Formats: sequence, C-alpha cells, structure tokens
Amino acid sequence: MGKRSVIPFGPQHPVLPEPIHIDLVVEDEKVVEAVPSIGFVHRGLESLAEKKDFNQLVYVAERTCGICSFQHGMGYCEAVEHIMGLEVPRRAKFLRTIWAELSRIHSHLLWLGLLADGFGFENLFYQCWRIREKILDLHELTAGGRLIFSVNKVGGVIKDIEGDKLDTILSTLDEVDDELRVIRSVFFEDRTVLSRLKGVGILSKEQINDLGAVGPFARASGVRVDMRMLGYAAYDELSFVPIVSNDGDCYARCFIRMMELFQSIKLIREAIGKIPAEKDLEVPVKGNPDGEYFMRLEQPRGEAFYYVKASGKPILDRMRIRTPTFANIPALCEMLKNTEIADVGLLVLTIDPCVSCTER
Amino acid sequence: MALMKFAPEALKNLFMKPATKMYPNEEPVYPEGSRGHVKISIDDCISCGMCVRACPNGALKVDRNAGTWTIDRFDCIACGYCVLKCPKKCLFMEKGYQVPGPEKKEDTYTKSPEVLAAEEEKRRIAAMKAAEAKAAMEAKASEEKKG
Ligand code: SF4
Ligand code: SF4
Repeated sequence: MGKRSVIPFGPQHPVLPEPIHIDLVVEDEKVVEAVPSIGFVHRGLESLAEKKDFNQLVYVAERTCGICSFQHGMGYCEAVEHIMGLEVPRRAKFLRTIWAELSRIHSHLLWLGLLADGFGFENLFYQCWRIREKILDLHELTAGGRLIFSVNKVGGVIKDIEGDKLDTILSTLDEVDDELRVIRSVFFEDRTVLSRLKGVGILSKEQINDLGAVGPFARASGVRVDMRMLGYAAYDELSFVPIVSNDGDCYARCFIRMMELFQSIKLIREAIGKIPAEKDLEVPVKGNPDGEYFMRLEQPRGEAFYYVKASGKPILDRMRIRTPTFANIPALCEMLKNTEIADVGLLVLTIDPCVSCTER
Repeated sequence: MALMKFAPEALKNLFMKPATKMYPNEEPVYPEGSRGHVKISIDDCISCGMCVRACPNGALKVDRNAGTWTIDRFDCIACGYCVLKCPKKCLFMEKGYQVPGPEKKEDTYTKSPEVLAAEEEKRRIAAMKAAEAKAAMEAKASEEKKG
C-alpha cells in the first residue's frame, strides 16, 4: 500500500469552467476517496423568490441555468399552473415540448463537445459546437434569445412559432441530422475515443439506485428513469420511450446522450406533425396561487424538482429547485473511487455537471 | 474499431470557409423578433408606471411630472415583461444587443414639448374642474346648512 495524500481538484480546473471542488484522497495514482464541496457560486435564488411576485419569478427561475433555461421556466410555470388549476392550451403544450427538445439538443451537443475537449480531441469539439450553433440560431429565430427563451408565462406561452418557422426548424433539423451521423460514427467507433471511454468509471444499476442518480447518467447504468414518461407538456401525445444502456461506463453515457439527440429530433418532428392548428396560446390567469405542488421534469441533465408553495398572495411562500447535478454528485464520488487520477477530469465531465444551477 | 474516422471531415474543414463571423468588422444579422433591447415610443407613454412595477430587475424609472422614462440598460435583462405589460403598447423589443461600455449609465427619454404642454394643459383643466366641483359641493353644503 502506497502513501496516502490528498490532491485538490477544482474549483478552477481546465476540464470544466464551473466551480466544484473535490478533495481526492490518492494512493499512488489511484483515487481511494473523493470528498466534494460546493458553495462557490451560491446566488440566493430561494431568498430572491420571496421578493418577486409569481409572474416575475418566471424570468428569475429561467435564469437559474444558462443551458436548461427553457426547462427551468417551464418547470416553474407548470408548478404554478397546477396549483391554480389552469389547463394550458394544447398548442402551447406542443410549443413547450418543441422548445424543450431543441434545448436538449443544444445541451447534449455542448456536452459532447466538452467531452471531446476533455479527452483532447479538439477537432471533434469544434465540430459539435458548430452543429450546436444551428440550434442556437433556431432558438433566436423562434424565441428571440439564443439561450434564454423568455417565452413561458404562467398560463401558457407568449410567442407562437408560425408555419414558416416550423418549416425552418424541420429543414435545419434535417441538416443537423446528417451532420450528427458523421460525428456519431466518430464517437462510437474511433479508436482514440473508445480507448478513453470504454470500461472507465463503471457504476452498476444497484449503485445508481442506492445513490439516487438521475438522467442520462442513471440511464447509462440500466435504470429506466425519465420524467418525460410522466407525460407533462405534450409528451403524453408523443411516442416516447427512454433510451437505456446496461454498460454503466463513460462510453454508455456518451452513447445515451448521442442517441437522445436523434430521439429529440424525432420528437420535434413528431410534435410539429401533430401540433394543433388553433391559435390559443394562453389561458387568462385570475387571482393568486394558493397551495403547494411538486413538479418533476426531465432536463437534459436529468430530473429536476420544483417545489412551489403559495398562500393566496402575489408573492410565493417558497420556491425551491433541486437540480439534476445535485442528485448526481454522490454517485460521482462513488464512481471516482478506484479510478486513475488521470481519468478524474473526464469522469467528472460525464455526469454533465452544471454547478451553477446546483447552487442556485 | 477504426482509426482516423474523423480525418475526412477534418480535411473538408480545412478547405471550407470559416463558420464564424469576423465580428465586429462584419455586422451581425439578427432574425426578426430577436430580443435585443427595449425601445420606447415616448410620446405615446402615459406614465402609468406599469412597466416599472413589472420589471423583475428594477431597471426602469418613470417620472410623471417631468414626462421622462428612464432605463438602466445594464440592469435590463431583455426579458420583455415590460413590453408585455405596457397598456399603451408603446414599448417594443428591438434587435441588436446592448453594446458594452466603460460605465454603467441610464438612458432617459423625455416626451416632446408639445406632448408635455398638452399634458400640462390636461392637468390644468382637470385641476380647474376639480376646483369647480369642490366649490360647487361646498356651496351646496352651505346652502343645505342654511336651509
Ligand atoms: S407601461 Fe407603457 S405607458 Fe405605462 S409608463 Fe411604462 S411605457 Fe409608459
Ligand atoms: S426587458 Fe425586462 S429587465 Fe428589461 S426593462 Fe423590461 S422588464 Fe425590465
């Protein structure tokens, strides 16, 4: 047995720009224990929620995260809508689904790029981000913002996507689909990629269940958990089956996210095909919410919780978010045990950490 | 397993034109409806203050007497909620992002003198009518007392 020592990883580390700190207890080159600490970018969202009225809070909730901003806004709105008993028009539900899936594509492409960067494949990194740019352009075309959508409101959506814009989405997705096929074969078959991903950081289904991991990270270990199966927004009207793999290694996580890209494209095509023609986008909101609700939805990184409690006043009593990365940190630390220190950066990356939204 | 899977793509990229733009030398093209910055058609504004109350960031100020509408562009997050709430629909979301600058300063828009004069006139008439009504009420009250 070698001598034990502690190596700090983060909060500043080249592999990810976000501040998570992990104390790695190492023996020679092997990690024997990982102790995480967060709290470097706490922004006090919960306290802020007690100062804004529930309509303004849509814009605040949305800014919890720059990557899943749409889903944060949607999660909050759906929670309040449930409390107030509002039935959102069907077209608005479909629009929400389309935007949610578009933002999933952009998030997964961002992650694939970062992964490629993490194992030193710069070319592939830029290729992923170049494709992502087309999706961002679609965001700006349809919602007006590249990352922050600001189209949700309690009771529906603010903007419509007209027919010609839906056509643009479809044609852009066709291009993206073709380009994705090229990088898919690289991620799945290239030797340099496989040698870094195959068999690294394996977690079993039992470990994932014990540690409560969520999202693609859990699905890569064979846990069939995807909140889209609950059928919020318009998912109940689409043919959605979660993608699951049984390998539980880094390659499986990459596989899941890559396949989800194609799945998202398929879901958007289906949603555009089924979108109802009636132009109602919102229902009128009267009074203030009174009650509490737990909203669960699937963000690109996994399941997010929205807890909203209101007591008939314009200002909510409580709004709390549990983000997917927060749920994935215990499993991450388990995964880091018995790995080589050179793999730590990559392993941290494979949970797709979003530390800013973890700390809210 | 294959080696050099990406080589054809990398070669293609070598001869393609850059995917990025030479910003700021090249003007960016924004799509219609891009949320860049808030614009006001100040003469239509009735200084009701709905936008000020709506803004989640407290970026707006309205002065009814001076007829001004002030925005701190660096505080504005371009959410568009003020645009949604304005009863006169005199706020718009325009293309083009806020340009960076060395200092944080506010933009103030003042109503044109004619509009200000007209408003002043309206206020004067309203005040006059109110005074007349008050005088009439008082006169009536004193008559009732006498009677
Ligand atoms: S809401 Fe519109 S009309 Fe009212 S003060 Fe603001 S800009 Fe003027
Ligand atoms: S766009 Fe949003 S942040 Fe900007 S002034 Fe209007 S309400 Fe305030």
